[in-house]
Amino acid sequence: MDQANPFVSTPRRDIQAGLRDIAPVAVAALPIGLLFGAIAAAKGMSTLEVMLMSALVFAGGAQFAAIETWIHPAPILTLAFATLLINARHVLMGASLTPKVRMSRVQTLLAYFFLTDEAWALSERRALERPVTGAYWFVMAVVLWANWTLSSTIGAILGSFLGSPERIGADFAFTALFIGLVAGFGKSRVTLVTVASSAAVAALVHYFIGAPWHVASGALAGIAAAYLAAPQEARS
Amino acid sequence: MSLDTTTLIAILAMALVTYFTRIAGLFVADRLVLTGRAKAAFDAIPPAVLVAVIAPTALTTGWAEAIAAAITAVAAFRLPLLGTVAVGVIAVVVLRNLI
Repeated sequence: MDQANPFVSTPRRDIQAGLRDIAPVAVAALPIGLLFGAIAAAKGMSTLEVMLMSALVFAGGAQFAAIETWIHPAPILTLAFATLLINARHVLMGASLTPKVRMSRVQTLLAYFFLTDEAWALSERRALERPVTGAYWFVMAVVLWANWTLSSTIGAILGSFLGSPERIGADFAFTALFIGLVAGFGKSRVTLVTVASSAAVAALVHYFIGAPWHVASGALAGIAAAYLAAPQEARS
Repeated sequence: MSLDTTTLIAILAMALVTYFTRIAGLFVADRLVLTGRAKAAFDAIPPAVLVAVIAPTALTTGWAEAIAAAITAVAAFRLPLLGTVAVGVIAVVVLRNLI
């Protein structure tokens, strides 16, 4: 259908294209949401708190980082700073996508609440062929958002019945998940230097000074290492 | 269902910061062109933060966790995300029972 007349873009076709593109992403994100909810519940968050965090923050990486270092009462400034560091990539993603979306300023301000790695990547791919319309963007956004909020809420409800996460190795699921996410950034020399520097500094700071200082110090060490390891004249 | 005030403020702070990063690109779309070392440093932010969060668990908790982390890293370059998580969790359960 979509291929039949590539020059005509109707809302109906854009919605169909959005659903087709986002479906595999939503399926893959479902168990991750369940996992997030279950571990958050095991760390002492209520089901309502888990639901609110997923619905309002809607950023998996930042939420997993927050839960991994979760203590009670919540360290507000530390969490906000870690969130800023992890989500800073959104600035570049938004800057790159903005000339390619066919939406008004106000629509875009609403649309970008739903900006995720996945929706961004799919939209950049679609933008190679045609502009990204509001119909395409919002159908993807709403599916992913509802999927994440619901799956993490259900995970929180189920997780409160599971008991101690150590018993089934679930406490290590975060570590494994993060290792998987880091692998997605590739094996370039700069990335390896970044990972090694960040890991070494974070582990040392955690051992000698303690949480939560290891997050910011390790991250800054990794970023500085990338700056120094990168060739000075590299083209983007 | 309970809602702790400090937790609610933390969630709202995280939400505000996240929304700020999401819309900031809209206002710098014409000006933000990073190249060379600055771009490398910016691109390094996500892996640097992710690694910093897990480094204490992976490296200084014990041998079971450290070896399981190494096994997970090998799996991460060959399996999809969920498969990697499964390998890591199974590895740590087995190693904790052995060591």
